[in-house]
Amino acid sequence: METILAFVIGALYAAGIYMMLRRSLVKLLIGLGLLSHAANLLIFTVAKLVRANSPVIAAGEQTLSTPHADPLPQALILTAIVISFGVTAFALALAYRAYKSVGTDDLNEMKGTDV
Amino acid sequence: MIAILTFSIFAAAMIVPLFFRNGRRPTGWLIALLPLGVTAYLASLFPRAANGAPETFSYNWAEEFGASLSFRADGLSLLFAILITGIGTLVVVYSGDYLKKNKNLGRFYGWLFVFMGAMVGVALSDNLLLLFVFWEFTSLSSFMLIGFEHEKESARAAALQALLVTGGGGLAMLAGIILLGQAGGTLELSALLSNETAVQSHPLYLPALILILLGAFTKSAQFPFHFWLPNAMEAPTPVSAYLHSATMVKAGVYLLARLNPVLGGNDVWMYSVGGVGLLTMLAGSYLALFQSDLKRLLAYSTLSILGTLTMLIGLGTPRALEAVAVLLLAHALYKGALFLVAGALDHETGTRDVTKLGGLFRAMPVTAAAAGIAALSMAGLPPLFGFIAKELVYETGLEFNSWLMAAIIFMGLSNVFVAGVVGVGPFFGRLVKTRKKPHEAPIGMWLGPALLTGLSLLAGLFPGGVSSLMVSTAVSSAAGEAVKVKLALWHGINPAFLLSLGTVLTGIALFAGRNILRNVLRKLEWKWGPAYFYDRTLDGMNVLARIQTRLLQSGYLSLYLIIIILTLSFGAGATLFRIKDISLPLSFSDFRFYEAAIAGLIVGAALAAVVLPSRLGAIAALGVVGYGVALTYLIFGAPDLAMTQFAIESLTVILFVLAFYHLPKFNILSSPRSRRRDIGIALLGGVLMTALVLIAVNVEIAPPISDYFVQNSVEQAHGRNIVNVILVDFRGMDTMGEITVLGIAGIGVYALLKFRRNRGGRQ
Repeated sequence: METILAFVIGALYAAGIYMMLRRSLVKLLIGLGLLSHAANLLIFTVAKLVRANSPVIAAGEQTLSTPHADPLPQALILTAIVISFGVTAFALALAYRAYKSVGTDDLNEMKGTDV
Repeated sequence: MIAILTFSIFAAAMIVPLFFRNGRRPTGWLIALLPLGVTAYLASLFPRAANGAPETFSYNWAEEFGASLSFRADGLSLLFAILITGIGTLVVVYSGDYLKKNKNLGRFYGWLFVFMGAMVGVALSDNLLLLFVFWEFTSLSSFMLIGFEHEKESARAAALQALLVTGGGGLAMLAGIILLGQAGGTLELSALLSNETAVQSHPLYLPALILILLGAFTKSAQFPFHFWLPNAMEAPTPVSAYLHSATMVKAGVYLLARLNPVLGGNDVWMYSVGGVGLLTMLAGSYLALFQSDLKRLLAYSTLSILGTLTMLIGLGTPRALEAVAVLLLAHALYKGALFLVAGALDHETGTRDVTKLGGLFRAMPVTAAAAGIAALSMAGLPPLFGFIAKELVYETGLEFNSWLMAAIIFMGLSNVFVAGVVGVGPFFGRLVKTRKKPHEAPIGMWLGPALLTGLSLLAGLFPGGVSSLMVSTAVSSAAGEAVKVKLALWHGINPAFLLSLGTVLTGIALFAGRNILRNVLRKLEWKWGPAYFYDRTLDGMNVLARIQTRLLQSGYLSLYLIIIILTLSFGAGATLFRIKDISLPLSFSDFRFYEAAIAGLIVGAALAAVVLPSRLGAIAALGVVGYGVALTYLIFGAPDLAMTQFAIESLTVILFVLAFYHLPKFNILSSPRSRRRDIGIALLGGVLMTALVLIAVNVEIAPPISDYFVQNSVEQAHGRNIVNVILVDFRGMDTMGEITVLGIAGIGVYALLKFRRNRGGRQ
């Protein structure tokens, strides 16, 4: 399954990069979303996949029974998901404000430093 | 105590400007109390230095780098430090009147104290790295003070020039200091002094010497770096008097004298230091002859003295070092006074052009008297201290050869000439009408010159007492062995005296014909000086910076991304190709049907997000990608991730829809060609990431640290969901940071949506 996910990740990266290279501000933001999915999935896959056995210790036990999913990358990804939501929200607000101020959503028009 | 002293001046730099808030104008007299007190304390340390037990202080700062806060107040340090704070006191008083109407006087005092503290630090540091830190502070404060009148473009350019030249030299010096530390095994000056043979036989000696000399030469405006000094005359006159004549430009000379026992005493030192000093002396003496601006005249004659001092250190005999100490002191006294006089003239008449000044003796008697006596000292006439200094220089010259002596006489001539033009010319002869009606300067502005010339006179009349003691201890530090100096005004009629008499008489003749001389020499002016190369180099760097900026910072976001992705792809790709035994393990056996279906769903949705022409369609596709990823999490044992992803993905979609309501529709903006290019780049990035994942899955560099969390989750943190335990317990601070980031993002979103810039009203 890692092999398949590797190709899924590659596809997500490619799609994300392509969208980020577009001149439209809106597409850039969609690209950003795709890219963060790709990055999260990458961390998840690289840490090896284990079906079902989630890292929760059963009642009465002191530790996990092997095999189990690795908890550390999950903690990292959980943080990343939340942060990327914050970034997306901020980027959307910025896009909105930029569009209202500049009057265009063409990134190539937004290269001067003077408003 | 001496460390506290140094830092107290820095503290004053921060506090004094506060007195000037809300339009308050405390008098310079009050502010001068601090440097006065410091001077008195430094003077009280002198007997200990003279007895060979100087006051020291040491605190371990960064041991592993050999940097410690160590200070040492020996004879040379004290001579220099007292000069700095003593003249500093007078300059503080003087500036209070000179800049009376300037609204930035508080800032001026702040930087002046930064400079004073840094200079005292340079003088008292016993650690070379500490010295370097203070050294750079002097360059920085010099930059701020030259550019004090920052509305003037010429002031800004001069400030930048001084900073680039001295700062560049400072960097070279830092490298030199580190090499010297390697060669000598320590960065403590007092310890280095006993390592002379080890240092000089070390292979790093020569590079260290060259780099340190670069630092000293740029700071002391030695040829060919001399051009920044006359330009620095853009600074307010008290700054020129203080930094660019009496103290800062002598820091290089001080460093050379300080390091003479370690680095000096061989041919390389003698020819490089002595030679550069000689050239500077000649260049300064010559260039001074055809100036007509008071301050530039003084600046070029300062150059000639700086050159002389450097040359004397290069010669390195005890008599030469004695001449250095005496000339350093004498020059600070008379040149400081003359600069302050020049400022007073400028302030009271509105011009600094010597051809437009004359006959001011009646209007400004005290200033004129101070100027006249200072000029006598500069010209080297008895009974002033300058006379003793000049006799010593002449005697040193006579110890060597007649060519050197001829060069020294030329320097003497030029100084007699400048002394006449600056100190005598404006006050005698026919009264020339000036823009402002001339009158005597306020007491704060004539007190400085009067005191300094008074000291010149006293030191000249009674050379046996304090001045001999000061010079002896200073020369002992510079020579690295005890030297007993007995200064005397009258050495009898010897060759030096006769030559000096001849110099003065010829100088007076030159002064009489000054206007003719100036006009003749101006015709010979030469444009291809080092300043020309400085300008060309600066232009060249600006052109390069512009080209580079246009290339790398074009303002096109897509170009930045392309550069990043191509760099990553080729950098990582090249590494992958170099490592031979890497295989890409493809295994399509281990999967369930529904897993593959979800994978297909993600890829399909990603493709849809790219190609769908409608915004809502693209957002929906993005949502499907997110749900697909969440399902993957669910299958592979990460229910927490799946739940979070579901929740966040739904929120994100709603947010996108809300935002897109206000944003324009999709337009196809780019050409088919650039789209093809972007597809290529995107595929390159995708292929690279796929390859990285395939390789990384099978590589384990270190055992995973997760085992720690698994083992201790119940025992220590009393939690069974390990992911949650990591987030709120083991790495609780990180989560705290994460929440802060979200909070800041929230505030940012609010600000972006709510506040608008009020335009139109102002424009």
